Amino acid sequence: MIANYGYKDGSGEYYISIDTDKCIGCAAERACLTACPKQMFEIITDDYDDEVAWVKKPNCRTLSYDCGDCKPSGGYTSLPCIAACTPGAIKHSW
Amino acid sequence: MNAEVIAETVPEKKEFWRWQENVWIDETKDWKTAKIVTCGIDVGSVSSQAVLVVDGELYGFNSMRTGNNSPDSATNALAGVMEKCGMKLEDIHYVVGTGYGRVNVPFAHKAITEIACHARGANYMGGNGVRTILDMGGQDCKAIHCDEKGKVTNFLMNDKCAAGTGRGMEVISDLMQIPIAELGPRSFDVDVEPSAVSSVCVVFAKSEALGLLKAGYTKNKVIAAYCQAMAERVVSLLERIGVEEGFFITGGIAKNPGVVKRIEKILGIKAMETKVDSQIAGALGAALFGYTLMSKKAAAA
Repeated sequence: MIANYGYKDGSGEYYISIDTDKCIGCAAERACLTACPKQMFEIITDDYDDEVAWVKKPNCRTLSYDCGDCKPSGGYTSLPCIAACTPGAIKHSW
Repeated sequence: MNAEVIAETVPEKKEFWRWQENVWIDETKDWKTAKIVTCGIDVGSVSSQAVLVVDGELYGFNSMRTGNNSPDSATNALAGVMEKCGMKLEDIHYVVGTGYGRVNVPFAHKAITEIACHARGANYMGGNGVRTILDMGGQDCKAIHCDEKGKVTNFLMNDKCAAGTGRGMEVISDLMQIPIAELGPRSFDVDVEPSAVSSVCVVFAKSEALGLLKAGYTKNKVIAAYCQAMAERVVSLLERIGVEEGFFITGGIAKNPGVVKRIEKILGIKAMETKVDSQIAGALGAALFGYTLMSKKAAAA
């Protein structure tokens, strides 16, 4: 399942997508949890009883601000969450 | 001034936004002979539904407005349908809560998100050909993809903004002083199809609608412009995840042909039809989840 967390507003579209098929039984030992400086990810049991990562609810409404520091303008060449997720489950829409 | 005098001097305020609440029971079925009775309770931000499923088949439902308290809304919704068929809470084997207030359903055995429940409910209502679901709820919209079993494969919603939702339609209904059920049909009664209002944000749309009325637009034309804006808004959400054949709309706005026909026109695809009330999809899916869980339990025993 592709789970999209985020929003679209007047300034653009800000979605983090998590491919839960790649997230189940994570080969990166849930590295996203510690890689994100804002600790936006957490592990939940989804509706189909699989343990997967999701973006915490309050962050879903403030992604453009929360992720801003990790974007190229913040000095990063690659996003920490995407780099840490070696199975390639995490994607940003912007 | 006493209460009687006040009642005489203050005219009764009509609630144009008030949509039809519904209680329905399938009289051809008898829950007393059923092996498994499950219930789904969908406590949404605007409406609450309780659906009863007997042996995996829809038996009855109650759809009503959500009050100011989620537990009471859940209790009232269930009480309405149980009263209609003479059922008691202890007759129900499993209750699943869903929707915005799902964690506040006091008698629920489990809570499941409305995303999974709408997919499951749409699969039941539209058959296993349903692939893309648009849930147009009271205060949010969701675009969902599912497989032939009704399992979610992709979903997208707007976590921040409630523009273009049922609540917006209620506000326009009150502003135009036209009953909400008439908005859709009246939106087609225009000489020329107007452009969409520039914003579906409830606050901005309200002031823009007033501006259009002052500029000489008829009420029907303003409604058409708002319906078009809503359609464009939800289509942009749908297009992010793509639309496949087997398109199904759930939620209260599915009853508004003014929005539905315009969505179909933009997408170039027709939404699947159902005889079941589109508003109960979430609660129906929740009850079906309950049935699956109980069936597995019974098989394991």
